[in-house]
Amino acid sequence: MTAAVEGTRPGRVEVHGVHKAFGTLEVLRGVDLVVEPGTVTVVLGPSGSGKSTLLRSINHLEKVDRGFVALDGELVGYHRKPHRGTERLHELPEKDLLRQRTRFGFVFQSFNLFPHLTALENVVEAPVSAQGRRRSEVEAEARELLGRVGLADRAGAYPRQLSGGQQQRVAIARALAMRPAVLLFDEPTSALDPELVGEVLGVIEDLARDGTTMVVVTHEIGFARRAADRVVFMDAGRVVEAGPPEQVLDHPTHERTRAFLAKVL
Amino acid sequence: MTSLASRPDTLAPRSGTPYDQLKVVPARHPGRWVATAAVAVLLAMVVNSLVTNPRWEWDVVGAYLTEESIVRGVWTTIQLTLITAVLGFALGTVLALMRLSRSPLLRAVSWGYTWVFRSVPLILQLLLWYNLAYLYQTLDFGIPFGPSFASVETLSLIDKFGAAILGLGLHQAAYSAEIVRAGILSVDQGQLEAAASLGIPRRRQTTRIVLPQAMRAIVPTAVNEVIGLFKGTSIVYVLALGELFYTVSVIYGRTQRVLPMLVVAAVWYVVLTTVVTVIQYYVERYYARGAVRTLPPTPWQRVRSELAAVLSRFGAPRGATR
Repeated sequence: MTAAVEGTRPGRVEVHGVHKAFGTLEVLRGVDLVVEPGTVTVVLGPSGSGKSTLLRSINHLEKVDRGFVALDGELVGYHRKPHRGTERLHELPEKDLLRQRTRFGFVFQSFNLFPHLTALENVVEAPVSAQGRRRSEVEAEARELLGRVGLADRAGAYPRQLSGGQQQRVAIARALAMRPAVLLFDEPTSALDPELVGEVLGVIEDLARDGTTMVVVTHEIGFARRAADRVVFMDAGRVVEAGPPEQVLDHPTHERTRAFLAKVL
Repeated sequence: MTSLASRPDTLAPRSGTPYDQLKVVPARHPGRWVATAAVAVLLAMVVNSLVTNPRWEWDVVGAYLTEESIVRGVWTTIQLTLITAVLGFALGTVLALMRLSRSPLLRAVSWGYTWVFRSVPLILQLLLWYNLAYLYQTLDFGIPFGPSFASVETLSLIDKFGAAILGLGLHQAAYSAEIVRAGILSVDQGQLEAAASLGIPRRRQTTRIVLPQAMRAIVPTAVNEVIGLFKGTSIVYVLALGELFYTVSVIYGRTQRVLPMLVVAAVWYVVLTTVVTVIQYYVERYYARGAVRTLPPTPWQRVRSELAAVLSRFGAPRGATR
């Protein structure tokens, strides 16, 4: 196993009664979800069903209005303090929040690589500046990670000199370099040509086989079937149905799930 | 026809020789030739009048160009510009970050600063700073509303040069703040999200992720400002500070050689601006890393490749230029 996987600790994610509204638009209306360590959860659902917002709430890129998210029993974004016989939640200071975020790896639909840094510098930046690790050690590991996503020879290339699929693979290496407990993927292949989708999904499937805890928002039903331990179907801000892929994909119990699958399959 | 054997039939000529053996005749541009000739004549007229009109007094220009007091004036102009630019952009960056802060007070103060310093004419600000000693005879350093540890005479701290630096620098900061803010706003929001999701500390996000990308938008406008400053420093002649323009005006006041002395100043300002423009080119090239797939060639590389293209047009067969 590679260094990145050795650093991975259990990553049990609990999402409990999460509500989120943007203005008057209710995007999440009470979502419950548990992700067990070492499993792959694929979140499916039509556009606007709240999948991305749920994912962004897990690592606190979005602050939820109600409910909570916990990683290995530790609240995300808040900490508990006793107060007059009961308890209160204190918002984490930015510094602590940023440190907590390093336990999640996030892969964006639009890659969001730093365009003025080379592939290698993109991967090295956060472990050095956020985790205070030694640059020489991180660089060696970064080269290894780039090799693992098939880009050992492109370490010195700038993002715009890479294809979309290559950029997304660098982004995955960048997320892995933090040795996160959980990897979150927000439609990682939606911005890619059909030809390039396979190379990115291949990398994600390799990670799944290594036992990395992952939550993947995607429209790739085939990927869900191959890699998911659990499939979650969302609609209108709620989890409609969840279970093993063969159950949710082949024998859905809800009308809404059936209608969606009939359209995408 | 063997070379065309693999092409589809529609591309091959119906009869006669294949296309790649035919000579290509470049298109004619008669309008371009007329315009070029007209501009060439105008240019010759300008040069001719510059050379033949004795009232330009080029000998006087030559004699004073590197005269000691002029060179000292140039040096003062450079100092004023560089110190003011550094002060202006340092303070401007702070103001821009304040304006983008979540604290309403910081935002309001930054907005108010820009409002005041952009509203009052520079010449008025300079005279105000020069007369600061009238408002405050001494400047105290200590705890706010508490005891003072040190006290200095205002006049000894803010002399002519100090007033010029303060006036130009604080005025420049108001404009620089907007330039830096525009640069920061031009950086994609996804960059901040990526940095936040990686847990990169806030200050590092600003210095390593946001500002380097903002520089691409900042540099052209910022250099505009620096060039403006080089010439704008001439306004401090109201303080009788010996920069380039004041020195020149003192000399022509004494010798009555007004025009040649103005030409001397003009030549120096052109030289300074040229130097800044060349530096700009390379700074922009530096910040273009990653923004373009291949960096544009430097002027030297371009001259060399154009020469090569012209030469090959005359000697080599057509295939070489394609």
